Amino acid sequence: MAVTLEDYREIVGPGVIEELHTLADRVRGRVIQNINSTSVGGGVAEILTRLIPLMRELGIDARWDVIKGDQAFFNVTKAFHNALHGKPEEISAEMFDVFRANTEMNLRETEITGDVVFIHDPQPAGLIQRKAEIGRRWVWRCHIDVSAPQANVWNFLREHVEKYDAAMFSMPDFAQRLSIPQFRVSPSIDPLSDKNKPLEKSAIEKVLEKYQIDRRRPLLTQISRFDRLKDPLGVIAAYQLVKKRHSRCQLVLAGGGATDDPEGEAVLREVREAAGADPDIHVLLLPPFSDLEINALVRASTIVLQKSIKEGFGLTVSEALWKKKPVIGGAVGGIKLQIINGVTGYLTHSPEGAANRISELLRDSKLRERMGENGYQHVRQNFLVTVNVKNYLLIMLALDHAGESIVNLN
Amino acid sequence: MSEAGKQVEPFVFHTENQLVVLTGRKARNAAEMLSQLTEVSGSSIFYHTHYLYLSHHFEKPPFYNDFAKWVSEALQEERLAERLAAIDMLAIPSIRQLREEIVAVFRRHLDDGGESREAPRGDEFHFCESKSFIMPTGLVAQDLPEFFSQIAEVSTSCIHFHFFEARLRLERPTNDFSQWLNDRGEERLARRIDRLNAYAMTLDELKAEIVKLGRRYRRSDGGNA
Repeated sequence: MAVTLEDYREIVGPGVIEELHTLADRVRGRVIQNINSTSVGGGVAEILTRLIPLMRELGIDARWDVIKGDQAFFNVTKAFHNALHGKPEEISAEMFDVFRANTEMNLRETEITGDVVFIHDPQPAGLIQRKAEIGRRWVWRCHIDVSAPQANVWNFLREHVEKYDAAMFSMPDFAQRLSIPQFRVSPSIDPLSDKNKPLEKSAIEKVLEKYQIDRRRPLLTQISRFDRLKDPLGVIAAYQLVKKRHSRCQLVLAGGGATDDPEGEAVLREVREAAGADPDIHVLLLPPFSDLEINALVRASTIVLQKSIKEGFGLTVSEALWKKKPVIGGAVGGIKLQIINGVTGYLTHSPEGAANRISELLRDSKLRERMGENGYQHVRQNFLVTVNVKNYLLIMLALDHAGESIVNLN
Repeated sequence: MSEAGKQVEPFVFHTENQLVVLTGRKARNAAEMLSQLTEVSGSSIFYHTHYLYLSHHFEKPPFYNDFAKWVSEALQEERLAERLAAIDMLAIPSIRQLREEIVAVFRRHLDDGGESREAPRGDEFHFCESKSFIMPTGLVAQDLPEFFSQIAEVSTSCIHFHFFEARLRLERPTNDFSQWLNDRGEERLARRIDRLNAYAMTLDELKAEIVKLGRRYRRSDGGNA
């Protein structure tokens, strides 16, 4: 059965839902059009799949269109994506031409129906060229980190970006200094998705049984793909330090496929080597669509780790906090917004630091409980899909009140 | 109830929603911070000294003041962080003065030959601003009993607006609750609420303190007057 706005009432409280209705009343009558590059797969499509129905339930005419592109275009945008992330990429003049040609085609073929048009990420950014002709309000929603980009790609993109009425970034560290207003909108988790919804105790136990994890002993878990930037070897090192004092402790490292990623396979091999013959380390390579199992593993955990060396936003942290688990994470990227040091978990910089914090939390169930509750509240206020809906509504209102720092909506 | 109180307008509870505006400005050390502090908007100063009350109202973080937090965590200059955290926010009537206080602390640190450590890459201070949207909650109090029973119902965003935004950003002489009580001739109660150290507690605690003062007042002569 499809999830409705009412299903969130019990989770976020009636006040939040009423507030969404009040804000929606103020933008009703406008068409909100979202445009991105794919309807399935990837974080943006996942977000829009949730956002659009919720907005419609609020009585807003929210629409979602997808641009077209040939394989050459998507190869170019993949290279642009890497270059914008600061990874060295050879970008030739021909590649810029491919981008321009596809933008031209989409300018002809994409109907702009929105009074407010949200363009997601760099692929459709060139559609802004229609603004000169048809007006409307345009917002560029950038989901990626463009803080240290390769100059040639950023300069090319910037020409488009600065024509927008506003831009949205996930966190200040990801943004650039621009001539247009920029807003921070954190990504969000859906508390009713398979990855986050409440589970029966029996369902959790079934998963533990499947992977031969002892539910009576403390469990440390890191959920992430097998990637050096997630520091799985550092997690094992921290666990091994903890294990000297807490011999009953177990570790789960669970993540998605590494089949088409040669580096991922190498990392998985290294992780298995580091785990050695320890029967209490469970390295789980999960197939796609394992959300329910991931949910169960996190719910069964005593402490969750996200010991990344580099991170985008790292929503796995919010997913764990939502399940009232204290999280120990690397002080990088969006993890810094989700872990309030000493309040919802701990930020650490080394396996030794992580080990100390794990030991501290293993010894103190009251502290774990308090941090778990704090984490849950922190996510409820800042990182749920309902907060995301509210931010979109506020941005539409912000466009009406440019230059005002206090907007009176009496 | 005082005679004066009878002509006073009812209290309309408002709430606020904030959008975080990114300025693209950043600082890597105390000297850069000092220079940016003199240039950023008042909204930015307000945001970095007040947003944590809104987002962490369930538990007190080590620092509510973002500048102190950054100095402690990124620069690891504990003495400077303590000085910033010790700024007496209750005694400051405007954002302009708040900015001057913060600037003075950084200036003193640098003048005293304090180190200007560099924040590690990725830990720079990013200046943001708040854009606040103020809306009525629908709750309106005609008299004191209604006022205190409704305060117990309102969100922490409502408390944040009437206590912090009203006094500092709108430069009203006191918080809105005390102002309304004053206008009704309830000076003593107004003063008690005004004296609450809102900066030393979470918004939930602040709300509970106001409710407690109201309850005490109703039990006292004031409530029967």
